[in-house]
Amino acid sequence: MANSVSIRNLSLSFGAVTVLKDLNLDIRDGEFIVLLGSSGCGKSTLLNCIAGLLEPTEGQIFIKDRNVTWEEPKDRGIGMVFQSYALYPQMTVEKNLSFGLQVAKVPKPEIDKRVARAAEILQIGPLLKRRPAALSGGQRQRVAIGRALVRDVDVFLFDEPLSNLDAKLRSELRVEIKRLHQSLKNTMIYVTHDQIEALTLADRIAIMKNGVIQQLDDPIAIYNKPKNLFVAGFIGSPSMNFLHGELVEFSGKPVFRTNGVDFSLDGYEANGPLTPGREVVLGVRPEHIGIDQPEADREIHQAIVDIEEPMGADNLLWLKHAGHTMSVRIAGARRYAPGSQVRMSFDMRLASLFDAETEDRI
Amino acid sequence: MANISTLNSTAAGFDAVSPQVAGPSGRKPRKVLSRRNIILYGLLIVAALYYLLPLYVMIVTSMKGMPEIRMGNIFSPPLEITFEPWAKAWASACTGLNCDGLSRGFWNSVRILVPSVLVSIAVASVSGYALANWRFKGSELFFSILIVGAFIPYQVMIYPIVIILRELGIYGTLTGLVIVHTIFGMPILTLLFRNYFTSLPEELFKAARIDGAGFWQIYFRIMLPMALPIFVVAMILQVTGIWNDFLFGVVFTRPDSYPMTVQLNNIVNSVQGVKEYNVNMAATLLTGAVPLIVYFVSGRLFVRGIAAGAVKG
Repeated sequence: MANSVSIRNLSLSFGAVTVLKDLNLDIRDGEFIVLLGSSGCGKSTLLNCIAGLLEPTEGQIFIKDRNVTWEEPKDRGIGMVFQSYALYPQMTVEKNLSFGLQVAKVPKPEIDKRVARAAEILQIGPLLKRRPAALSGGQRQRVAIGRALVRDVDVFLFDEPLSNLDAKLRSELRVEIKRLHQSLKNTMIYVTHDQIEALTLADRIAIMKNGVIQQLDDPIAIYNKPKNLFVAGFIGSPSMNFLHGELVEFSGKPVFRTNGVDFSLDGYEANGPLTPGREVVLGVRPEHIGIDQPEADREIHQAIVDIEEPMGADNLLWLKHAGHTMSVRIAGARRYAPGSQVRMSFDMRLASLFDAETEDRI
Repeated sequence: MANISTLNSTAAGFDAVSPQVAGPSGRKPRKVLSRRNIILYGLLIVAALYYLLPLYVMIVTSMKGMPEIRMGNIFSPPLEITFEPWAKAWASACTGLNCDGLSRGFWNSVRILVPSVLVSIAVASVSGYALANWRFKGSELFFSILIVGAFIPYQVMIYPIVIILRELGIYGTLTGLVIVHTIFGMPILTLLFRNYFTSLPEELFKAARIDGAGFWQIYFRIMLPMALPIFVVAMILQVTGIWNDFLFGVVFTRPDSYPMTVQLNNIVNSVQGVKEYNVNMAATLLTGAVPLIVYFVSGRLFVRGIAAGAVKG
């Protein structure tokens, strides 16, 4: 498949502060890419560079195989949706949608046709004569998406579009954006700090930290095989359990030892040799620990329930074992009183081992 | 089981209601004529009188004839109301050789005011917009220099400006004065507009750029319609400032093109003949009328503009 957006060795610094460092990214045609990271990681800066609103210090940007590094935003074939909607307050919805086309001197009948089509797709037809102040947050964001839609662009850029909405609207619009992508099949680049949005929407997620992409992969791979400690800790709620310890050899097999307790690593697919003596961090997600479900091939650990957090569909247990507190997610119907003893078993096929020093996955 | 819990909740409901039956808690609101209110309003009334009294004296004096003024009851209302002094102040009071009253100064002031206000606001709003949204190289430095300009006392610059205007051949003309007013209005107005445009969401500007609008299109179609309140503020500042200006008017113009303030001074300080207090009062009120009207009219617009601008986009 052809590349829709390619970023080559992109760097950007404001004075002494480097925001993006030698960044490379290839986005395939029709792909939904989510740039995920906490605030200040450079994800919005990267998006602004792609849009042409910021000039990179170094590097190049290609859209549809055209070098657009120094082109004006309007000539790049992009449409952008902002967190604060950025609708022109003095114009009606219709004028908001048609403004870009008017500036580009598109003939009036064509403008009307495109506005009508966008209004139909986004179901904002009845709102066309209203001003943004008379719209709800969800309607405003729909209009903002429509503004990108009418311009018939190759690439949609979303800058935290749902962050200003309440939880219910956010999940509704999330589904709508996904539906929009399925029907339009445009390339979409979506910036967010919300991992749920990232996991649900993305074809591939790029997790960023300090201006560097830590891992670029599909959501399942990011979730199950995080490349380093940062990615592992960033994705997943509640967070992955991290146990600091070392690798030792026990009866010819590598095992993980922490505070004098050994954990069998049977089933773990390592990238390299698990040399004894290495300082490592074992990461296990809350739902990859079984409680009182003995399976023949798994090791059993005794633990004490510290705190129980029933959350409806799930029940979250905080267990004490081997000097650590671990969170375990079980079905909501299974209840345990604090202080009761449980038997844990670890699914090592889905666990992660990281080098304690480099923080990379082993 | 279900019944018991319902009963319990009903009982709890009654408990929650009973304080309301007992009446509101806390102290009752004070009476209107409490000691606190009497002192408060008394002070306010005294302060208001203190400021209004001179105005009152001016108005009543301007409507008295000279014989009545000589009787010395400056607080008493006019026995016989006359608008003669007003007419004289406007049309026939003498300054030097001219005896056509303040009317000449009024029209001079208008001729100075209108272009100065329009040009200074137009230039400052575009500069403020450029400084806020189009961060060109050195824009911060440029802005700092402009702000420093606001702190340099005017007097320091008068002589150099006289020379510059003379060299340009426009010394003593209204054009020269308009240019001076425009330049001296720049720092504060540019600061005003820059801060206002900076306070508008940056994403609006970005969205307009993505939509393909250029420098002027964004200014006229996006920024200008959103900046009405600040235009009103700038207009009030400039109209009152330029109208009340005396120093530049006296320095940079010639007697036949003196603005109203300078002419007022000449009428009031005229040493020939008797002091016509009623005419002086009328002339002063006439000169002050324009800023006063601007405050009254645009003050309401101003508040309305701010309220309208407060709606988040």
